[in-house]
Amino acid sequence: MTGHDVNYDTGPDMGHDTGHHAVPLRINLLVWAALMALTAITVGVTSFDFGFLNVVVALTVATTKAGLVILWFMHLRYEGRVIRLMVFTAFVILAIAIGFTFFDVAYR
Amino acid sequence: MHEHRDYEGAKIGMWLFLFTEVLLFGGLFLLYAVYLHRYPAEFHAAGKDLSRIFGTANTIVLITSSLFMALAISALQRGKVLLSQRLVLLTVALAGVFLVNKFFEWSAKISHGIYPDSPALLKLPPGEMVFFNLYYLMTGLHGIHVIIGGAVLLYGWHLMRAGRVTPEHFVFLENGGLYWHLVDLVWIYLFPLFYLVV
Repeated sequence: MTGHDVNYDTGPDMGHDTGHHAVPLRINLLVWAALMALTAITVGVTSFDFGFLNVVVALTVATTKAGLVILWFMHLRYEGRVIRLMVFTAFVILAIAIGFTFFDVAYR
Repeated sequence: MHEHRDYEGAKIGMWLFLFTEVLLFGGLFLLYAVYLHRYPAEFHAAGKDLSRIFGTANTIVLITSSLFMALAISALQRGKVLLSQRLVLLTVALAGVFLVNKFFEWSAKISHGIYPDSPALLKLPPGEMVFFNLYYLMTGLHGIHVIIGGAVLLYGWHLMRAGRVTPEHFVFLENGGLYWHLVDLVWIYLFPLFYLVV
């Protein structure tokens, strides 16, 4: 993506509401188009039977979509270090919760 | 008098709240995952009973509503207040479309005797019963979030009209938008897991 709209990568802005660059229309539309394409892929792929891999593909596509929504629609890409670190930590904790439960369930 | 505003603090607070939502749904997804592991064949059979058309339509509706919400924030940041108001209303309208679809989808299932604790459901194999119970629990909880999100955004629209959400101070609408995108995020996972499970 173009660099000029990313002006908060260096640190959090502890100030006021003004000064945030609006996300360009083109980028919002591109993200929407990508989300639509990924939806088409995840529906289309169900007509093939890959066995267990179907779940893996579905979750990979869903996580890609989630990443697009979080980074652009939720502006995480434009946030300061504090919020980005917080979100990253929250998802690591969720991954640990799900991952460790699966160690337990899978090897019972 | 100088009014104190903490833009960054308000957003951090919103994100912290969203993390509790992620944990709430995360716990339910965990339950889903463990039962999918235990009853793969039953989940496969039960998942075929859900309408893929409704599921896909509602996915398109929610993703598009998220786009309108993102556009509303961008418009407001550029000072286009009226455009932003209209985009928020469009977002709320799509929330309504989602709920109407959900109403018809649930009605069809219920008229076939599939609802929690129904005689038909209790006769199903345990795996299919769990699938449908989780379906109602998770899409129901998500539906409540759609209603709350729509109400919050409608209030944001009111604040814009009242001049209390402006191109200079719009953190309420931005946080409302964050909540709305989270509702979309949850659906992004619900859709393949319930409607496309193979």
